[in-house]
Amino acid sequence: DGSLLFQQVPMVEIDGMKMVQTRAILNYIASKYNLYGKDLKERALIDMYVEGIVDLNELLMHHTFQPADKKEQHLATIVDKSTNRYFPVFEKVLKDQGQDFLVGNRLSRADVQLLETLLMAEECKPDILAKFPLLQSFKARTSNIPTIKKFLQPGSQRKPPLQEKDVPRVMKIFH
Amino acid sequence: MSGKPRLTYFNGRGRMEPVRWLLAAAGVEFEEKFLETREQYEKLIKDGELMFQQVPLVEIDGMKLVQTRAILSYLAGKYNLYGKDLKERAMIDMYVEGITDLTQMILMFPFSPPDAKEKNLESIKERATSRYFPVFEKVLKQHGQDFLVGNKLSWADVELIEAILAVEEKIPAVLSAFPQLQAFKRRMSNMPTIKKFLQPGSPRKPPPDEHYIENVMKILKM
Repeated sequence: DGSLLFQQVPMVEIDGMKMVQTRAILNYIASKYNLYGKDLKERALIDMYVEGIVDLNELLMHHTFQPADKKEQHLATIVDKSTNRYFPVFEKVLKDQGQDFLVGNRLSRADVQLLETLLMAEECKPDILAKFPLLQSFKARTSNIPTIKKFLQPGSQRKPPLQEKDVPRVMKIFH
Repeated sequence: MSGKPRLTYFNGRGRMEPVRWLLAAAGVEFEEKFLETREQYEKLIKDGELMFQQVPLVEIDGMKLVQTRAILSYLAGKYNLYGKDLKERAMIDMYVEGITDLTQMILMFPFSPPDAKEKNLESIKERATSRYFPVFEKVLKQHGQDFLVGNKLSWADVELIEAILAVEEKIPAVLSAFPQLQAFKRRMSNMPTIKKFLQPGSPRKPPPDEHYIENVMKILKM
């Protein structure tokens, strides 16, 4: 039907547009709902944080698709990258600023995406935040924001993690 | 400090080339620092210069920017190559992301094992001619304007010309079924700032060769 510009999903219909490409969609929503900082420099900071978070998120997402003999090594990579490359950055930002949010003392998409990824990381390894007290309190605080709290409750539109048994079904749609 | 942006990366295209293109198209001069040894790279990390221990790094306006998309978005915004409003930005973002998926395939190509190279080249050709180029051919045909978005040069046009030239290096006749893109390529190549960038002696880097690949793999311990 020509609804998918590059023959791919996600696709979001919003404000008369059929948007594709996850980053384009997220950029638009973040700007429209004032979650993208107050100026170009705050945006740059948010973008840097978000891109790092997305890299980690991608690693986490791939875990379900790993064949059985690669899973343990992949988990080790996840733990290594999370605890040595990504988490320390955000722990430090929170420590240096002493504020509730990552950028501009105000909720932004960076906070939302960080929370999402922290929760996903914990699904892979429940004690993965053990050495990151500020990320733990960030997680608790951000989860209590009314809109987010609601989303984290059963019955919301939040989707459960992809189960291994569903992997073949997903692969079939794209192949 | 000269006040010019400073780029830190390997001496080759990689993930920094789109940044070089964008700055060049905007007519902005920049400095470059080339990573040649593992020691240099480790020092950058030790000195806390790289937020996620990765390059590209662009020092500009008092910031140490990393993550290619963050860098490119900032430059596009700063140099008025990001559309006039949110909706034009959305179009530019969609086009850029699509083009980036294609250029990503070209970026990874030299790192693929020898027995996968032919198949990967076929994939690049297939994606270029059946998924990506038709979209932009259609956009240009439908509005009949010189540029992809808002009748004005934007980040999307710069990414597209870069991608077209990179694919043509591998598949010379790839634009044969795309007359609009051929005209686009000619027009863009003749814009003064881009024409200058396409001439010898500019900061534009050559396609990756064996030496470049070896160097990157050595420095990143791949």
